[in-house]
Amino acid sequence: MDELLEILQDMHPEVDFDASDTLVDDKVLDSFDIVTLISEIYDTFGVAVPAEEIVPANFNSATALYALIQRLEDE
Amino acid sequence: MLFTSYAFVGFLALVLLAYYLVPGRFQWPLLLLASYAFYFAASPYYLLFILVTTASAWAVCVKMEDLTGAQKAYLADHKDLDREEKKAYREKIKKRKRAYLIAALALNLGILAVTKYTNFVLRSVSSLVGGAFQPVDLIVPMGISFYTFQTVGYVIDVYRGKQQAQRSFFKLALFVGFFPQLVQGPISRYGQLSETLYAPHKFQEKTFSFGLMRILWGYFKKVVLADRILTGVTALVQGGQYAGAYVFVAMLFYAFELYCDFTGGIDITIGIGEAMGIRMAENFDLPYFSKNIKEYWNRWHITMGTWFTDYIFYPLSASRPMLRLSKWSRAHLGQKMGKRVPVYLCSLAVWLATGIWHGAAWNFVAWGLANYVVIMVSQELEPLYERFHARTHLRGKAPYEVFQVVRTVLLMSMIRMFDCYRDVPLTIAMVGSMFTRFDAAIFTDGSLLAIGLDGADYLVLAVGLAVVLGVSLYKRKRGSVREALYAKPAGVYYGAMALLLVCTVVFGAYGVGYDASQFIYNQF
Amino acid sequence: MKKRRWLAVLLTAVCTVGVLYLAQRLLTPKYQKGIVEGSMVAEYYDETVEHDVVFIGDCEVYENFSPITLWEDYGISSYIRGSAQQLTWQSYYLLEDTLRYETPDVVVFNVLALKYDEPQSEAYNRMTIDGMRWSRSKVEDILASMTDEEHFIEYVFPLLRYHDRWSELNKTDVQHWFSKDPVTHAGYYMRVDVQPELGFPDPMPLADYTLGEKAMGYLQRMADLCREKGVALILIKAPTEYPHWYDEWDEQVAAFAEENGVPYINYIPLQDDIGLDMATDTYDGGLHLNNQGAEKMAAYFGAYLKENYDLPDRRGEPEYDAVWQEKIDAYEAMKRQQYDELAQYGELVSFGANAIEE
Repeated sequence: MDELLEILQDMHPEVDFDASDTLVDDKVLDSFDIVTLISEIYDTFGVAVPAEEIVPANFNSATALYALIQRLEDE
Repeated sequence: MLFTSYAFVGFLALVLLAYYLVPGRFQWPLLLLASYAFYFAASPYYLLFILVTTASAWAVCVKMEDLTGAQKAYLADHKDLDREEKKAYREKIKKRKRAYLIAALALNLGILAVTKYTNFVLRSVSSLVGGAFQPVDLIVPMGISFYTFQTVGYVIDVYRGKQQAQRSFFKLALFVGFFPQLVQGPISRYGQLSETLYAPHKFQEKTFSFGLMRILWGYFKKVVLADRILTGVTALVQGGQYAGAYVFVAMLFYAFELYCDFTGGIDITIGIGEAMGIRMAENFDLPYFSKNIKEYWNRWHITMGTWFTDYIFYPLSASRPMLRLSKWSRAHLGQKMGKRVPVYLCSLAVWLATGIWHGAAWNFVAWGLANYVVIMVSQELEPLYERFHARTHLRGKAPYEVFQVVRTVLLMSMIRMFDCYRDVPLTIAMVGSMFTRFDAAIFTDGSLLAIGLDGADYLVLAVGLAVVLGVSLYKRKRGSVREALYAKPAGVYYGAMALLLVCTVVFGAYGVGYDASQFIYNQF
Repeated sequence: MKKRRWLAVLLTAVCTVGVLYLAQRLLTPKYQKGIVEGSMVAEYYDETVEHDVVFIGDCEVYENFSPITLWEDYGISSYIRGSAQQLTWQSYYLLEDTLRYETPDVVVFNVLALKYDEPQSEAYNRMTIDGMRWSRSKVEDILASMTDEEHFIEYVFPLLRYHDRWSELNKTDVQHWFSKDPVTHAGYYMRVDVQPELGFPDPMPLADYTLGEKAMGYLQRMADLCREKGVALILIKAPTEYPHWYDEWDEQVAAFAEENGVPYINYIPLQDDIGLDMATDTYDGGLHLNNQGAEKMAAYFGAYLKENYDLPDRRGEPEYDAVWQEKIDAYEAMKRQQYDELAQYGELVSFGANAIEE
């Protein structure tokens, strides 16, 4: 989780990622950010986020994103 | 049948009337019938194309869903399988589903490619090898880009398990062929449109009149403003003899024309839906108030933008080769640069596709590339902007925001000149002349009255622009204009609607232009 | 939905229709000055007495025959249902239309229009058709006449056609918003000015001299309709020589006339008999006759009518006398005005091209 937060913080230093759960809905993360995130996650966690998992629900908060990563690691 | 033909207005009136006369359960079949009649009237061949698309999507999606069902049942029956065996079974099913998906995509995108792009490819090839170009006579079905994308989106959603398959062929046929959106979108998602498309709708004064109001507003923008200024735009960009300051005028006129034409058309489309209680996705969100190009593209032709993001940009950037490339580039180009590689590559692909989707010509490819370059440059300059904003405290200040908006509109309008002029070199020459040969005299010496627009035209356009701007500002600050009018006494609300109708009928630029010169006594 | 809201909807709808109607009346051209040909067809409906002779056709009837002379010399009550570039099918439907109101003894059709077999001009279509009252004849006329750019609904709601005129409205549009003044004398368009005929270019040879099927078909329908209604049809070619009337056309019309047992008279070779002097009897270099010429033509033609048809002399019938006296007064008044203008300005200023409003 810390690693993930670090990645996010690096992209948007001004955002409090612990508190927000509307990252996509409020357009904090745009499509460029999401693509960057996916490659970072692949780099760091070794999991590839498939296209069908790229939905707002999975990217709206750091927790949701972390849960997604864990689920993908499990499969 | 164009939106602005008498035939369409009559057709629409009949459909709306019939829609509320038939019992609720016959409403969606009626719409299917109407849509196919609409298509048939344009050309019986078109119907054939849309049937092939519908049938392939229907069959493939039902098949894919059956496979998913079979997989669940199998796994439930075979709880004793170990993890590896389960995974292998899932993979097997997934492969079969993917085969169906690929077949459906290949067929439908193939039809789109062949009908729309054959001549483009042939022309390009023949100009490369220096041969003579012989265009092939092909049918390009009306709205094929729109309904193909809509259908492909649906098939992918079902494949991804995001969407249940529509098992009724006829219901799916309505989704694919729903007539208002065949002309210029929006590109609906099945999940969103199906919520209201098939349900029975009782007549409600508010929804119906809101729909009607929006239809009228659309016609007003299209017929009174867009079609009127089109005369000027056409005169200015044809042939290419109007250079310098004229290009600037053409640029602004075209920006206005396109906005009124496109948002007007979408207002008519969405208004038709609203009048029947059907909700379609919004396609515009005050795009000319955007402060930068990226924001502009999030607010202009939204359903196309999100389609490209969801079905091209994401899958491409999440694909294994892309991820591997990104890993490699990070290792070799450094963290900072390497991170950008996937974004840059995938964006390039998306913008090339967007360009070519708009039209089968190199102009559109150049237009897509220009958008791409501007977005990427502003992305790169982002830190610089940040520092600038931090130091000057300009961010959020009204005059600065106005500046940003004007800058964005001008930049977008300039890029758009690619689809005005005959070819790319001419566009570059003309846009260049705007900077080198700008002669402001044309604004005062009456030259602008010699491009097919007279004083009366400019008056209508000026008043129209003021009205459109006023409505947009109200929408931005306070929200729905219709809601505000609806809260007033019924006479005011319906009076406004009547005024819109009368203005459109009288001031619209349609029909055989009454040209007094035609009536000059002609010795008969 | 509350009753009061429905009432508001209803009221708004009624007001909107009212406003659109007023706009339509205002924006439709009035054809009162300069170009008056668009008023001709409608003026017929104001007639109160019956006509024993009705002319149908293009400018070669409404500028070349004076019904006033026919009345003064022979007591013939006549009317010209003419309009600019009236095409053969338009003449046929105007005949149908006329027969709904009266059955004249004689119908005269000028054959020049037979040279056209297709819709020609949107502007002339409107001038001929807009003035007709609604009937099946009008509907069929529109369908037969429309050019590619036209739509039927624009005839039903002329506002859709003329809405663009809002920026060029003039005084006449406002003055004649709800009423129109007569511009013809029993359908006759008067011009007293003189512009001598100086000869015409040699006629171009044509690739095909066959008169069109559509035009000839409607001529046949005209003949059949007249026969059915007991009306005598006379085919004429007016004495003016331009546009050129080819011998080949003349032969075809003569053959048609013989087949159908109707007279056909080509007046071009009869100019001397009529007493026409194309140096003084035309106002536009020989294309059309002026008032002097039209009176000569009417006198000559009236004698033919009297000799060959049993037409009543209506003079002395009080109803006819009153109506025609009024027409004579208007005719003489206009004549005087035109001569006065000629004397004062050397040309007409309130009539013809000079009177077209900006």
